[in-house]
Amino acid sequence: MQSNEFADPAAVSDALDAAGYLPDTGLATAAFLAMRMHRPLFLEGDPGVGKTALGQALATVTRATLVRLQCYEGIDASQALYDWDFPRQILHLRAASENDDRTALEASLYDRRFLIARPILQAVEQSPSVLLIDEIDRADDEFEAFLLEVLADNAVTIPELGTITAATPPVVVITSNRTREVHDALKRRCLYHWVPHPDFVREVAIVRRRVPLAAAELVQDVAAAVARLRDANLLKPPGIAETIDWTQALHVLGATRLDPATAEATLGAALKYREDLVRVQRDLASLLGG
Amino acid sequence: MPPDVPDPVVTMTGFARALRANGVAADATRLATALEALRHVDPLDAGQVYWAGRVTLCAEPDDLPRYDAVFDAWFRGRQPEPPDRRPVQPPGQVVQLRPVSSAGTGRPTSAMEQELRTAASDTEVLRHRDVTELSQADRDEINALIALLTPRVAMRSTRRRRPGGREWIDVSRTVRAMLRDGGEPATLARLRRRVKARRLVLLIDVSGSMSPYADVLLRFAHAAVRVAPRTTEAFTVSTRLTRVTRQLRLRDPQEALAAAGNAIPDWSGGTRLGEGLQAFLDIWGRRGTARQAVVVIASDGWERGDAAQLGEQMARLARLAHRVIWVNPHRGKDGFAPVTVGMSAALPYLDELLAGHTLDALHTLADVIAHA
Repeated sequence: MQSNEFADPAAVSDALDAAGYLPDTGLATAAFLAMRMHRPLFLEGDPGVGKTALGQALATVTRATLVRLQCYEGIDASQALYDWDFPRQILHLRAASENDDRTALEASLYDRRFLIARPILQAVEQSPSVLLIDEIDRADDEFEAFLLEVLADNAVTIPELGTITAATPPVVVITSNRTREVHDALKRRCLYHWVPHPDFVREVAIVRRRVPLAAAELVQDVAAAVARLRDANLLKPPGIAETIDWTQALHVLGATRLDPATAEATLGAALKYREDLVRVQRDLASLLGG
Repeated sequence: MPPDVPDPVVTMTGFARALRANGVAADATRLATALEALRHVDPLDAGQVYWAGRVTLCAEPDDLPRYDAVFDAWFRGRQPEPPDRRPVQPPGQVVQLRPVSSAGTGRPTSAMEQELRTAASDTEVLRHRDVTELSQADRDEINALIALLTPRVAMRSTRRRRPGGREWIDVSRTVRAMLRDGGEPATLARLRRRVKARRLVLLIDVSGSMSPYADVLLRFAHAAVRVAPRTTEAFTVSTRLTRVTRQLRLRDPQEALAAAGNAIPDWSGGTRLGEGLQAFLDIWGRRGTARQAVVVIASDGWERGDAAQLGEQMARLARLAHRVIWVNPHRGKDGFAPVTVGMSAALPYLDELLAGHTLDALHTLADVIAHA
């Protein structure tokens, strides 16, 4: 399916729904516009609200290859765009005989077959594709400059080879946890969307989709408990990812309702800080709505 | 298109202007993107227009409530000018370095706040603070003096590498040289670690009791943001936390301070430092803004909230930050003891406790930041 076949945001919403991702209206509209306008989608939101999962779901609904680039401090062009295969270049040079045409030899050293495609070049060369640039805030700001060309022109320029342009522009999803401010030059090329925590009904629907075998009452109990945890002023309020993990953990243990004993045993799936665990364990009864 | 629907270009241009007036980053490029987006959605569906505008005209979470308010006024209320929801402070209040004796801040305050302000009373402050003198001096000169401060933070080494040194072999450059020389091993190119400025975070208490100093400290923050705009973050705390980094990036100090003054909704309010600090750590600090950073808190420690909460949050901050520096304007006075509730709760977690009441003290602060 081509990405521009979606007629309206509702069509995107239905397709994502069928792929196991339940977006709200805002996210569906943002994804629709991103595909229609060939603009990168810049997603911010609390950890665990489904930013990365959206990239994966978009790849499913557009039947495209998902190319994921995880950012980290110190990442540079040779890890994100492309690199030359130096050992093979040297072997090629050594294998050439003395009488070979020197100009042709030089040209052949920087041939496409000696080029190693890193995620961004992979996304440009494989179409259709979804390029997921995850946690861009972890990379340092010098790195953002490498992205500008691919985001604006869907192309990668290699000085020795020329410009490689995507046949079909990749759908680009950029996520950020806001540990630092991303440069406006990059943001301006993107559509911006803040992903909120889902409401209770949506959260129940998402968890039931992800953990289909869990008891309906259990999912309701967990979603209600998570909603209370989010209001409990914790260091790290659980995201939807934690709700799914927690339900999964309880389901594996055979629970059909959330009771104090099982809740205490599995709380580590939802809370990741010792301070939070201590605080919640003191007051488990109110967490369970008792 | 029905006759009662106005030209979308005109409507959206006006809407973007109204957004900009309210501090949303809706510049001309974003406006063009918004108009393009509108061609893909149903222009008569308010929900779709709302989302198309929101994803194209906003750039950060702070923009979202402003966008909602302006959208309501513009499209649902059909008012010619969107009303500003906050009472805008008269710019002079922030721009001028007021004489300390003029206690009025142009805003009615509660008895409690009045009491707090009296604690930092006029006569007491006058002896130790040259700000009165400064405010009578030529304003250009004040600006120049504070703008001359370069509160730049020391460097830290990063994971990124650059040519030079002798730590690692630069395979790429070495092989390129080899290929040029017909495969003969050439000299080895080397790499070394790149260094980069440490992040500086300024949290300035703008509550009632701090109001005589808030202007000066905001000017200091402006100087810091101007020196290193990408690695400096400035926040104000009173009853709530406000990020003023973007406003302080304006080059002209007067404009920057006026913009910051407009952005601060709780100017001269009460002090809830513990809550403000928690908000900072939850929203910004833990995710990375405070990590390995030099954090400067400017406050007199007149905490109205829970001092235990302040202590707890200071402990969190101390675990994240590289250095925590507290600037207390009263520090320079004779007989100063860190006995206010907030101050004593915070004291165990501080690396430095400095004054900040004179230009000289600000010089010292800049110096300490540079060597932190």
